[in-house]
Amino acid sequence: MTIELKSASKVVRGITHIKPTSLVMKTGHFNVLLGQTGSGKTSLIKLMAGLDPIAEGQIFFDGEDVTKLTTQRRNISLVHQFFVNYPHMTVFENIASPLRVAGMAKSEIEGRVQEAADILQLGPMLNRRPQELSGGQQQRCALARAIAKESRAVFLDEPLANLDYKLREELREQLPELFAGRGAVVVYATSEPEEALLLGGETALMDDGVVTQFGPTAEIYRNPATLTAARVFSDPPINSASIIKAGGEARLGTGVSWRLEGQAADLPDGEYTVAIRPHHVTPVEASSSDVAIEGKVLVTELSGSESSAHFQMGDHGWVSLAHGVHPYQIGEKHRFFLNASQALYFAPDGRLVA
Amino acid sequence: MAKITLSNLRHSYLPNPSGPADYALKEIDLDWRDGGAYALLGPSGCGKSTLLNIISGLLNPSEGRILFDDKDVTDLPPDQRNIAQVFQFPVIYDTMTVRQNLAFPLQNRGVNQSKIAERVAEIAAMLEVEEMLDTRAAHLSPDNKQKISMGRGLVRDDVNVVMFDEPLTVIDPHLKWKLRSKLKELHQRVKATMIYVTHDQTEALTFADQVVVMQEGEIVQIGTPVELFERPQHTFVGHFIGSPGMNILPATVENGAAMFHGNAVALEGNVTGSGGTTELGIRPEFIKLSDAGIPARVRKVSDVGRHAVVETIVGDIPVKAVVDSASVEQGEEVHLTFEPAQTRLYRDGWIATEVAQ
Amino acid sequence: MKTENQKAWFFVLPVLILVAFNALVPIMTVVNYSVQETFGNNVFFWQGLDWFEQILRSDRFHAALGRQFLFTFLILIIEIPLGIIVALSMPRKGFWVPVCLVTMALPMLIPWNVVGSMWNIFTLPNIGLLGYFMNDVLGINYDMTQQPLSAWITIIVMDVWHWTSLVVLLSYAGLVSIPDAYYQAAKIDGASPWKVFRYIQLPKMKTVLTIAILLRFMDSFNIYTEPFVLTGGGPGNSTTLLSIDLVKIALGQFDLGPAAAMSLIYFAITLLVSWLFYTLMTKDDAK
Repeated sequence: MTIELKSASKVVRGITHIKPTSLVMKTGHFNVLLGQTGSGKTSLIKLMAGLDPIAEGQIFFDGEDVTKLTTQRRNISLVHQFFVNYPHMTVFENIASPLRVAGMAKSEIEGRVQEAADILQLGPMLNRRPQELSGGQQQRCALARAIAKESRAVFLDEPLANLDYKLREELREQLPELFAGRGAVVVYATSEPEEALLLGGETALMDDGVVTQFGPTAEIYRNPATLTAARVFSDPPINSASIIKAGGEARLGTGVSWRLEGQAADLPDGEYTVAIRPHHVTPVEASSSDVAIEGKVLVTELSGSESSAHFQMGDHGWVSLAHGVHPYQIGEKHRFFLNASQALYFAPDGRLVA
Repeated sequence: MAKITLSNLRHSYLPNPSGPADYALKEIDLDWRDGGAYALLGPSGCGKSTLLNIISGLLNPSEGRILFDDKDVTDLPPDQRNIAQVFQFPVIYDTMTVRQNLAFPLQNRGVNQSKIAERVAEIAAMLEVEEMLDTRAAHLSPDNKQKISMGRGLVRDDVNVVMFDEPLTVIDPHLKWKLRSKLKELHQRVKATMIYVTHDQTEALTFADQVVVMQEGEIVQIGTPVELFERPQHTFVGHFIGSPGMNILPATVENGAAMFHGNAVALEGNVTGSGGTTELGIRPEFIKLSDAGIPARVRKVSDVGRHAVVETIVGDIPVKAVVDSASVEQGEEVHLTFEPAQTRLYRDGWIATEVAQ
Repeated sequence: MKTENQKAWFFVLPVLILVAFNALVPIMTVVNYSVQETFGNNVFFWQGLDWFEQILRSDRFHAALGRQFLFTFLILIIEIPLGIIVALSMPRKGFWVPVCLVTMALPMLIPWNVVGSMWNIFTLPNIGLLGYFMNDVLGINYDMTQQPLSAWITIIVMDVWHWTSLVVLLSYAGLVSIPDAYYQAAKIDGASPWKVFRYIQLPKMKTVLTIAILLRFMDSFNIYTEPFVLTGGGPGNSTTLLSIDLVKIALGQFDLGPAAAMSLIYFAITLLVSWLFYTLMTKDDAK
């Protein structure tokens, strides 16, 4: 199965929600739509699902033109951020409802529902109603409905956003296994870079109604085509600052400079933007090639095993992310080390150049 | 500002609770220092919101007392406790401007106009909302609305405690860290006692000096963020804090030595107690893939960019390791070594090793 | 660029046809009558705007219009606050909620002419329960068939009895939709009950109150059956509201032309005032 968009766009009352987009999403892995709130993830999903009319372009499912088909006839499943279940039906009936609509035989429905419920550990809850379930169970019920239906495409629109942190982690781990080998194209929208990385597969970066880049997740993470793409795919936010390249050297406004290597060294002299991920700015020196910088620590954060520090250097706020706990003094100067070999360089127009 | 004491607190939503299972809160005893930043951390339904509502006075506990600076406030209604609370969904007086919203708690208490103006200006500056002071609050974005809700809590200088009930729920993910850090900064500036309720470890660990981890109506550990991460007193804490959480592995104890799947495992210190169900606890960060050690097979490798999470199985027990770069592949046979100083034994869930000397 | 699917208009077609038959055709008939004079036999004479001029200059119309506005004004000023007060005092959860709601809805379930008859019998002096009680027990001279004041009080009380429930139910719907956190925040902010009402409950009820006021305005401004059954417009012309007067002209005197003109003026006033109410009450939201 594949979903193919051919310069598909969406316009609502003269406002462009999705600019002409072309991409092919395949089965066998997750297709992640990554972008901040309002970047057009949900709009794109609705377009593919047939919930919103397409302004121009075409959509193909497995080569078949479905542009004019209604949602009902596209045979898709959609799981929302909010737990959408039929409140008056039991969990069993909820999972069975799309199968009943499809006119499936009763015995087959039972088998399918049982299977989906087993996978999602809903077995003991089949006779309860959604409001008697916890949030995580309600969302599992919605997922079970999508699995039982065996649709051609499954759209998951930030399905974990409203769940408890730990629950999110557990369900996120299970998701790829749930849909593995089912033949459906799985499209997963999220605003969290880490979620995209954990789900793997392919990622489409979205920004302001455009897919800016599409490809294998890890590859896009390592080689963002533009500065915007790098920003979308980084949490905490990626550090960026303008540098002047002169000869083999890059110089930050604050006077810090380092030797350029490889591709970066071959660039013509001039002004560029350097972007360095927070985990390449560390409070401890990792290698002798690291560039020492100093900044005033504004805020520190701790999440389990990692700690981050937001600090001010020159006109820019910088972020450092490191394993372990580090003794920062808020408001005090602190030394950090840039791993310059991991820096990305962008031309003034935002393109990745090295 | 006040010190807060909770003594023998219990609460049940049932009229006649008969057993421990009927209690949403089981026996809470706590002392919170004046001016401290505390977090109540736990999954939904662990009783953290119940506890918060009891402190604010929105709920009366079935048993026990609440003291603010040694003064019993158990029977006082919320408005007489001098507290402030920020709710999950921003509470805004729609018809008022931002300025009127911020002034509201002061006006209700008959504070004089010049003092109100001064406090509102101060808080607005702190929250960086000065330029929107005269817009109607109804037109603000969710994060600004939540800032105003916080502002209403902070504008009074006589509050005993400011409480936050999952205040970042409706905030856009990419704005969360800004508000998180704003909150931290606010605490450092106003020095009020603050209690922050959340299920999100980052929010709790970032905000609080002391985190109270709760599970099923019970406090399982109170500690600094570092203590919770490094030496969880309970397997639940190990599991709940850290991403991925601590590996909790079935183990046996033979002659004071721990055995995991037929391999002897060195622990941080001597084993205490006896009997019960024993488990090993080790964080994925402290497991290394090496040439020798416990044999395992790689089930899955997730490259998270800054590190990789390697899921292995030992027999049929999953063990996760966090490594710097994804150097192994799915299906590969590897060996795991556990860092002894970070390997602990748990008995019936509770820690059962002595601290390394 | 094609941005919308034109087929969608087909789906509106049935509604358009329905509206045409439901509203446009009858109204056009009235317009037709309002500019002509007829003496029966389907013979019509062109009158132009004469009837409109006649109606607008007639003292009788002015008096009826005045009574109509007075009636509506009194109804609104009593029913809206009373409805809000009752809604505020109703329980928000528990066993009594359905009991209250059903009790509240009861008066609205009674057919309008039955309400009129009920109150007629109830208030008749000497034989009606209320009439007897007022006159013979309390010694208050009360007779809605003879005294204009008694008649007015009776139709007002009757309408309040019949329709306050609507305001109650709508306000109640608005109240229960307010999350608990608002009340809790207000408690913590030290807000008085009045301030809770003024800054939380009233703003949150605004949408439903707008609907309630509009409905009550339109209904009371067009009221016919109940006062007609109760007082027949009397004593004298003291309770002859616009609608009653209109029927008198149209069916009593069979002056179809003036009656049609009056209907249109009546309609225009209702429309204008409804529009004014709506614009005034929703103007804040537009910002």
